[in-house]
Amino acid sequence: MDYLLNEQQVMIRDLCRQIAEEKIAPVAAEYDKTEEFPWPIVKILAQSDIFGVSIPEEYGGLGGGVLETCLATEELSKACGGITLCFAASYLGLDPILLFGTQEQKKKYLPDLAAGKKLAAFAITEPSAGSDAGAITTTAKKKGDHYVLNGLKHFITGGGDAEVYVVIAMTDKTKGARGATAFILEKGMDGFTFGKKEDKMGIRASSTRELVFTDCVVPQENVLAKEGMGFIVTMKTFDVSRPGVASQALGIAAGALEAAIKYSRERIQFGKAISSFQGIQWMLADMATEVEAARALIYATARMIDAGAKNVSKSSAMAKLFASDVAMKVTTDAVQIFGGYGYMKEYPAEKRMRDAKITQIYEGTNQIQRNIIALQLIKEMAK
Amino acid sequence: MNASASPAEHHIVVCIKQVPDTTDVKIDPETNTLVREGVASIINPFDMYAIEEAVRLKEKHGGRTTVLTMGPPQAEAALREALSLGIDEAALISDRAFAGSDTLATSYTLARAIQKLGAFTLILCGKQASDGDTAQVGPGISTHLEIPQVTYVRKIGSFTDGLARVERMTEEGFEVLEAPLPCLLTVVKEINEPRLPSLKGKMRAKNAKIRMFTAQNLDCEEARLGLKGSPTQVIKIFQPERRKGGEILHGDAEELTDKLVAFLKDCVI
Repeated sequence: MDYLLNEQQVMIRDLCRQIAEEKIAPVAAEYDKTEEFPWPIVKILAQSDIFGVSIPEEYGGLGGGVLETCLATEELSKACGGITLCFAASYLGLDPILLFGTQEQKKKYLPDLAAGKKLAAFAITEPSAGSDAGAITTTAKKKGDHYVLNGLKHFITGGGDAEVYVVIAMTDKTKGARGATAFILEKGMDGFTFGKKEDKMGIRASSTRELVFTDCVVPQENVLAKEGMGFIVTMKTFDVSRPGVASQALGIAAGALEAAIKYSRERIQFGKAISSFQGIQWMLADMATEVEAARALIYATARMIDAGAKNVSKSSAMAKLFASDVAMKVTTDAVQIFGGYGYMKEYPAEKRMRDAKITQIYEGTNQIQRNIIALQLIKEMAK
Repeated sequence: MNASASPAEHHIVVCIKQVPDTTDVKIDPETNTLVREGVASIINPFDMYAIEEAVRLKEKHGGRTTVLTMGPPQAEAALREALSLGIDEAALISDRAFAGSDTLATSYTLARAIQKLGAFTLILCGKQASDGDTAQVGPGISTHLEIPQVTYVRKIGSFTDGLARVERMTEEGFEVLEAPLPCLLTVVKEINEPRLPSLKGKMRAKNAKIRMFTAQNLDCEEARLGLKGSPTQVIKIFQPERRKGGEILHGDAEELTDKLVAFLKDCVI
């Protein structure tokens, strides 16, 4: 399907495809095994300006929007959904700075992030506060011209490897959700350390760690937006970042589909390529249709956001929900088409299935996405 | 032909060639020459290492880089790709008068164009082109320009005080050589790992102005250009006859010895 991308978007897509095929695909299995952070790939992406695709030109980026982030994420994820997170998770971390940062904050952080010299991360989740974000217990107490943070974040993508963190902490517990504030933290600040690294089912080339705050002093000027706006910062960030997660899911699914088509033409059973069997053909046809539908929904949502639409939560949630469910189904079917080989680690089919699963869970579980969609539907009808 | 004096800042010239993508080669059975129509063109793979090395030297020592090629107008695509990889300027030598150039005429023409580009510190070439495989153009340029050359360079160590210290690959190992600048180096693939293009580089390359050289503005001796200036004559191009398959003898040592002796006798050695 032709999505009428402009010249720069085609350039981004094609260069990311080249990086994925030439640089990421050959090392994906190794990083999945070792769980090392893919610094050599970070360097390649940085050298090719990929980290700057959606950062304004005045901060050293290329001036693209959500669609550009999506195109890059999709292409890179075709080769490895885990390695791609060094890029995609950094965007999740820098999106709130893009959306709510002051001129000074943008000037301070965005150029290095656009150049890929530093990575960013976003931290809201805590052991007892996942979907129920209102239950977070990390506190930030104001003392003169600074805040003192105490508490623990966990499951933080990029934790430990990123340099710049947007952290949500409670400045006033009595106000509930309105008592949360977003702060920009830097690796190396006093009282800011990292806890255990998680051993994950998939996306193993990405790092997931705990962030530990022990009387961590954060200057007043590192408050993002205003005190008490932490949840608005979070929701608005997720509105623009969910198409990115959706694109990661889309890329994983598209990569699995391509591999399944290729394999079905090579695998001979009963004297014929298995692609000649209608049972396989219909599976491939369904997989391709679902992948294309996910792509259309993601691109439409991204374009809507980039055009400045006000209420994007519903579309954004739909894109994430649909694409991640498609990814899970398509990667499972791909394993089925690969048969016994699909179950073996020697072939990349099972890895895609493991990588796909997280997209149904993080940045809001798909159950939370349905809540967002339903709430919006009811609101719209009540108007 | 004397080389220009060393410039105040480094100026590195990279000579490249656009070649057919060798993964997709077809031979015309009538003429026995390469079918070029419809075949994707790429930068000669060995020249990619020369481009990368020029960009690295510039990143380390400053200065500017220029990429140069001789070929049909479509060779502009190769120059733009080099620009997207970080080369600063590009020049294309293109004229019907250059058609049919062998390595002597090509290196002569390239040398004339390099002189037109102004003072330079270093000329980099790939060790050879993947289509002709002659490895003669680089050394030819240095001869025409009367500057030192080192071929098969696998490492450029120091590059200061008018001297380049390089490692030259040999079959047994490597030699460490010093050459006064300006000089010409041809590089092997061991020298670096070429980067991929950057988005900013691609955008810059798209709009960059490419300097054009023709037979008129190069001040060449006409007799040394194109077919006229090429002593190499292609008399015949043919496919070597296919060798017939060998024969594998089976059996134990004694049997095999008998069979082999009989076989060799048959061959009348």
